[in-house]
Amino acid sequence: MGKTLAEKILSEKSGNDAKAGDIVIAKVDLAFVQDTTGPLTVRTFQSSSMTKLANPKRTVLFIDHAVPSPNANLSNDHILLRNFSRDSGCILSEAGDGVCHQIVAEAYARPGDVVVGADSHTVTAGGLGAFATGMGSSDVAVAFGLGKTWFRVPETFKIEVSGDLQKGVSAKDLILHLIGKIGADGATYKALEFHGYTIKKMSMSGRFTIANMVVEAGAKVGLFASDETTRAYLKGEGRGKDYRPLAADADATYEKTIKINAAELEPTVSKPHTVDNTALARELLGTKIQQVVIGTCTNGRLEDLVAAANILKGKKIAPSLRLIIAPASRRVLLDAIESGYIRDFVESGAIILPPGCGPCLGLHQGALGDGESCLSTANRNFEGRMGNPKGLIYLGSPATAAASALTGEITDPRGVT
Amino acid sequence: MLKGKGHKFGDSISTDHIIPGRYAHLRSNLPELAKHVLEDADPNFSAKVKHGDFVVGGNNFGLGSSREHAPLVIKMAGVSAILAKSVARIFFRNAINLGLPVLICDTDKISDGDELEVDLAAGKVKNLTNGSTLTFGKIPGVMLKILNEGGLIPYIQKHGDFKL
Repeated sequence: MGKTLAEKILSEKSGNDAKAGDIVIAKVDLAFVQDTTGPLTVRTFQSSSMTKLANPKRTVLFIDHAVPSPNANLSNDHILLRNFSRDSGCILSEAGDGVCHQIVAEAYARPGDVVVGADSHTVTAGGLGAFATGMGSSDVAVAFGLGKTWFRVPETFKIEVSGDLQKGVSAKDLILHLIGKIGADGATYKALEFHGYTIKKMSMSGRFTIANMVVEAGAKVGLFASDETTRAYLKGEGRGKDYRPLAADADATYEKTIKINAAELEPTVSKPHTVDNTALARELLGTKIQQVVIGTCTNGRLEDLVAAANILKGKKIAPSLRLIIAPASRRVLLDAIESGYIRDFVESGAIILPPGCGPCLGLHQGALGDGESCLSTANRNFEGRMGNPKGLIYLGSPATAAASALTGEITDPRGVT
Repeated sequence: MLKGKGHKFGDSISTDHIIPGRYAHLRSNLPELAKHVLEDADPNFSAKVKHGDFVVGGNNFGLGSSREHAPLVIKMAGVSAILAKSVARIFFRNAINLGLPVLICDTDKISDGDELEVDLAAGKVKNLTNGSTLTFGKIPGVMLKILNEGGLIPYIQKHGDFKL
């Protein structure tokens, strides 16, 4: 019987014929932490009977959430990670290199890999066909030491997307639409597998955006076939040898199929305080916002910055609005500088942050004031997320964010060119 | 047998409600971090929770981040188990890895402040306040083995590997 992508990868990595519902022990090809989950992982590892990393060159510590560090406590956490990297021989990704998920995509994850990270958005690497999932510090500490972990093989929902996205509508709108449709727990414990004409045509950047947000529907993993687009992406990153074609079997068994006509999608926004609380941007016209964030692991890639810059170039943002741009990696920042987009942003009135997680999780850089609203290209809008339980967070695409920054209220980007 | 008061919360209690990112600078100072447990869902929770009490959630409890600090601060508050209608995947695994039971049952039958008695082996929650009894779903076998050793690290210490 045919296999889904999840079954295929977990079969290969466990050495068993893995079927949905089975419990398997799978080899971990890449394990990582970031600076807010890493210290607990390191301390857990050090307090255990495990003494050595199973695979130091496939173990990465990222300093990305608090960069540059806003206070001494977090600076000390960074020292702990640097020391552990030095002593254990694992890789350290320094402050300023970028968000873990972007660097994992650029430099580490390979189609068919099992990737575990102490960050829920580890699912991003599913965009290139890796079984990538978020876990807590204890699970990742054990993966560090044993080089393996256990999984329940998930059932898979097949997401079949047809049609061309309208101009001004992007992968972000597609995934927000899907989450709105199935709910924030609509895919709990499941794998989502993306298929169809729209997906085949989609850039890696768009695939990463969609994979990044599957956890907001509760999913364990979001998987895309590894195809010619994946091959070209890896080649462009200097990793052509990491490519392998990978797809689900034609006769794989899916728990259900969800069909989406991309041509019917419109710019979509999640309203406070849950991601599945979606509406069309045009239904929210007139909603005043005081801050716009463009960046994060969801939408901080060059393609996202291009979509925003095309709208902002030569224009000024609304008075008293803060537009915050946080490129997802050093590489994205460099590309955006060389292509002139950073100049466009700065001239429009934007604040440029270093590559990293920026204001997304409320740790620093762009905390909201009482009663303030923000439109962000990030992936979460939970109460208290951006540093203040009295703040309101809306989620949308880079185009919607840029169009809204010009007007100071939620705006459908299709009317703005 | 676990016995204590149930502290009732609604649906979709996220890891940001439980321990928000603005306290990330306290994650290496767990006693300080733990003072903020569930602050954004109930600012008085930390003051009123007593050793042995239960956190009672609705649907999709613990959605969001992979931060193990979320179940950790709940455990540090003395909570003996979490009861919910459903639970998010990563939170569930993290709680069990810390030896904190998560029991899936119809929490609509529990009101804030009810006195509860949980029999883990029998899979029953006795509501001493209203006299009703709830049954909770079985914890999956693998997770039960980890829970029975007190969590993932004690499990690995004992077995040296996954023996599932």
